[in-house]
Amino acid sequence: MNLTYSDEHDQLRASVRSFLRNRYPFEAHRTELASGVTSAIDLWRGLAGEIGLLGLSLPERAGGLDLDALSTMVVMEELGRGLVPVPFLETVVICGALLARAGGASADALLERIVTGDSIVCFAAAESEMRANWTGIVTRARRDADGWLLDGTKAVVIAAPWASHIIVAARTSGHPGERSGLSLFVTETSRRGITLHEYPTVDARRAADITFDAVRLPHDALLGDEGCAIESLERIADDAAAAVGAEAIGVLERMLEETLEYSKQRKQFGQPLSRFQVLQHRMVDMYMALEQARSAVLLAHLKLDSPARQRALAASSAKVTVNDACRILGQGAVQIHGGMGMTDELAIGHLFKRATIIEHEWGTSDAHVMRHAQLCRAEQS
Amino acid sequence: MNIEWTSAEAAFREEVRDFFATHLTDDLREAGKLMTSAYADHDASLRMQALLHSRGWAAPAWPVEYGGCDWSVAQHYIFASEYARAHAPPLSPMGIRMCAPALIAFGTQQQKEFFLPRILTAEHFWCQGYSEPGSGSDLASLQMAAVEDGDDFICNGTKIWTTHAQEANWIFCLVRNAKEARPQQGITFLLIEMSSPGTEVRPIVGYSGEHIQNQVFFTDVRVPKSNVVGKIGEGWSVAKYLLEFERGGTAYAPEIQARIEVLREFAAELLDEPLFAAKVARASIRASAMEMYELQSLSRLHAGERPGVAASVMKTLGTELAQHVAELFLEAAGQRGRTFQPQGTRPGGPVYYAHSKAPAVGAPQAIVAPLRYLNERAGSIYAGSNEIQRNIIAKAALGL
Repeated sequence: MNLTYSDEHDQLRASVRSFLRNRYPFEAHRTELASGVTSAIDLWRGLAGEIGLLGLSLPERAGGLDLDALSTMVVMEELGRGLVPVPFLETVVICGALLARAGGASADALLERIVTGDSIVCFAAAESEMRANWTGIVTRARRDADGWLLDGTKAVVIAAPWASHIIVAARTSGHPGERSGLSLFVTETSRRGITLHEYPTVDARRAADITFDAVRLPHDALLGDEGCAIESLERIADDAAAAVGAEAIGVLERMLEETLEYSKQRKQFGQPLSRFQVLQHRMVDMYMALEQARSAVLLAHLKLDSPARQRALAASSAKVTVNDACRILGQGAVQIHGGMGMTDELAIGHLFKRATIIEHEWGTSDAHVMRHAQLCRAEQS
Repeated sequence: MNIEWTSAEAAFREEVRDFFATHLTDDLREAGKLMTSAYADHDASLRMQALLHSRGWAAPAWPVEYGGCDWSVAQHYIFASEYARAHAPPLSPMGIRMCAPALIAFGTQQQKEFFLPRILTAEHFWCQGYSEPGSGSDLASLQMAAVEDGDDFICNGTKIWTTHAQEANWIFCLVRNAKEARPQQGITFLLIEMSSPGTEVRPIVGYSGEHIQNQVFFTDVRVPKSNVVGKIGEGWSVAKYLLEFERGGTAYAPEIQARIEVLREFAAELLDEPLFAAKVARASIRASAMEMYELQSLSRLHAGERPGVAASVMKTLGTELAQHVAELFLEAAGQRGRTFQPQGTRPGGPVYYAHSKAPAVGAPQAIVAPLRYLNERAGSIYAGSNEIQRNIIAKAALGL
């Protein structure tokens, strides 16, 4: 066992942090919200070209570095700390991994474009009536002589308005509720029959509901084996839960730092807020929740390549611990900042929004607690 | 003791229910149901006030001579419950519930006759000038200066977190007229017309993108001494009296129960999940215990007692339960709760953040949920933070 970070991890963290601090100051974030013009996306090419971040976890055959899961964790933490709404999770962590595992010429070609920053890819799996359960997918792909015909609607696809490509999860056989019969496809966003209904998100991303109306896809749009995507989807959900968990660590660390700082500056009743024991204890609880989340997230990353059951247990544990921390730190930070914590003016409110969204994406605590319980019970019987 | 309504009370409930069923327009109902915070869409709230005023119900808690209703506690509670069940948008509390009680208790006959009718019709729309940038929880440290100059005060300073100051034509302020040994001394309760030269309103955009709050700046603003409520230098006792009403004069349970009903309807499918169903049940249980506590407290209030420590208990329990219910809504909203589509809501003020103008996608309550969750965080901060309330309870109820 060795639980210390390597020098490479430390260097990676330092270089990402300084790049993001220089290139994406908080004022840029605020301006973006008011104008709706996303400057964060201009960072994307910088992330690729200037610090070579987009290929870190991707295979060498596509120009990547094939680094370990901890490198992704470090990057996600720094993106969280910097409050950077770029689609690293969607394009690199999720779609990059799906393409890399699928292999094949067209997947590799798209991977190369991800590494260079030329393509943003979004992940369209969830549907409006679905909660944390891929088997509920009703979008259908039907095979014919010319390839595939895709029909259905996907909800709240993050980064879709920026994306050149979409990876879509669809049912190629069977019925909603069944584990078999799900497949993954990749398509250009510009294909005929694809309609985006766009909107911003609370956490400063852009997203869309996507309608696929008899969209014609070539044979090689299929990623991986037909009808066998469920395990790949479950794996990717754990990857994503771990990654947003890491992002949360960065968000929450910064929230705690800014709250401590504010509590020392702000005086009421003739003394700094930091002298009031009730607030000291609240900040101690925030600190402990953060430390628990940090540990759980590290474990989840170290288990990502373990057998499915171990991986799932660690991912669910991490997500539940992170969700608790998001609430404890988020609500605590806003409370201690008082009215100022609820304004557009300070970073704290924006960090709180991102933490709140993380708490609800990639599985609620209830869903992960139930999965954990079922996995433990399955082992006993 | 008897918890059941009498036949007269039941008849009153029918009367109120009929009134809302007949007169509440779909638009007003929507304005109430799709609120993103404790504050309704300003125009809708004014229309609601006009509607209630036409029936004589705009300010039921006032003395009858000024336009109030001679209701029992039960009737007040029935009215509040039916109001919430109908999803009628709430009225602005600043005039009817906050400034008026100060005028009624401490104002001169002339002040009452001038202001109260105008508050009832909303010809005067009020905002509250208590907090300052350096004086939040520690309100008594406030600095806004009022210097005597003949029959006037000359006011300099700034007030912050003034809800809807952009809509208001009057502000009631706590100002410092003298530096005394105790900070609570030398404070005066002063009414200032927002059109007075030297008054400036600057928006504070909230993290939900809405403009509801403001900072108001006063530079050499001349205010006649006839606008002092109570005695010069004794504003703190007026403010304390009002803060008790702000915290405890209204019941939280009726509105929370109505919201839990909306949640049950909106999250019907999710109620099949035992973990979620249990959370909704617990929220409901908290609300029913709170309702009983509120009924008892309001009975004492009606018998002429001041709200006292019950006000702090109600404020703390009420705001924390309202926050929890907002959490449940956000959980029920699922992925749709991530979207920012204020065009599908009825926000409490103009929205500064860029958003789509196309019709919102998704269930309306799912779209409201994130904004409501964010804005509900104010509950444990405003009107004396819940930390301050717990200090008050420790002292007043437990003698610590």
